[in-house]
Amino acid sequence: MIRKPGMLKSLGVVALIAGTTAAFAASSEADFKAAYAAAEAANQEAGKLRNQWTTTTAALAAAKKAAAAGDFDQAVASSNAAEALAKASIFQATSEKEAWKAIEIR
Amino acid sequence: MRSTIQFASAVLALAALAFNAMPAAVATETPDPVADARAFKKYFTEKFPKVKLEDFVNGPYSMNEDMHRQWEEKEQFPPYDFSLEAGKEMFAKPFKNGKTYADCFANQGIGIRQNYPYFDEKEGKVVTLELALNRCREANGEAPLSYVKDEMAALTAYMAFTSRGKPFDIKIPNDPRALEAFQNGKRYFYTRRGQLNFSCASCHVQNPGERIRAEILAPALGILNAMPIYRSEWGGMGTISRRFTTCNSQIRGVPLEPQADEYRDLEYYLSYVSNGLPISGPGARP
Repeated sequence: MIRKPGMLKSLGVVALIAGTTAAFAASSEADFKAAYAAAEAANQEAGKLRNQWTTTTAALAAAKKAAAAGDFDQAVASSNAAEALAKASIFQATSEKEAWKAIEIR
Repeated sequence: MRSTIQFASAVLALAALAFNAMPAAVATETPDPVADARAFKKYFTEKFPKVKLEDFVNGPYSMNEDMHRQWEEKEQFPPYDFSLEAGKEMFAKPFKNGKTYADCFANQGIGIRQNYPYFDEKEGKVVTLELALNRCREANGEAPLSYVKDEMAALTAYMAFTSRGKPFDIKIPNDPRALEAFQNGKRYFYTRRGQLNFSCASCHVQNPGERIRAEILAPALGILNAMPIYRSEWGGMGTISRRFTTCNSQIRGVPLEPQADEYRDLEYYLSYVSNGLPISGPGARP
């Protein structure tokens, strides 16, 4: 067998991906609950700023549905997506407190 | 896969927000509604020099000749006629206690649309026509109507019809709370929201006359003068509440509850800056 210089490195990357996948596959109900709680808290914060996004709501619903079906990998993934969306909506509301003035007709 | 797309969208949205936040020019902090209304009209009349001021109330139909012809043809057999008739009947029909809507309004509710919304100094808040109609019902022992459905649209259609041609005449009393409500409405109008990162102004100030999918966007000047409207897209009538909440959900924002303070203030701002333009409601839109 001719060993190519990058082969070991490539195998390492494959192993790393496989390991990561294995870690995702191990998502439990507890993982889901923690991820969902974080997402819900961020979305509530967005609600206080009167700036929730429909996509956050949809991702939260998808997370619950996946968890109910016992698919905790998907449930955690959807919860994480919901948290990211909620945080983006918080960022939006916060930055717009001043940024709106830039497009005002004067 | 779907969640990955959503996550990526969030990252993109953040990037867009960061970009948009950069040129944050600071406006003067003291609200000046008179100057705002003047600047608003100047912006639109300069952007569309061929459109007569009073024609802006026809929304997308004012934007080009073909659209204007479509509007004229539509007005021969207007699709809001059924609603108008229903509204007229509802308006005249007594409540269980024998009173009618007319008992709740100045001039028996006829020809007063142009004065709404107004700032109620007792309450310290903006009162819209839709809100006043439901308050009238509740004061007379009737259940309130949905703000986004046909019955409310029918009532406001009738009241708007009796005011056709009368110029919007929104007042801002000498009360700091009224000025604050105007300013809050303005802020809401220009604030970007929803995952698509749009403000009301993104469509109705920056892009009126342009297409968004199959729609031609209406200018913000005079946009409420034609309310309520029959929308072909909805296949029915829509109130101002329906228009605001739908705009929010179209840009992937969770709508506020109809007649939330923010929407009341937004209506106050948008109506005030269109002062002098005639009421043309009920209207029809593509």
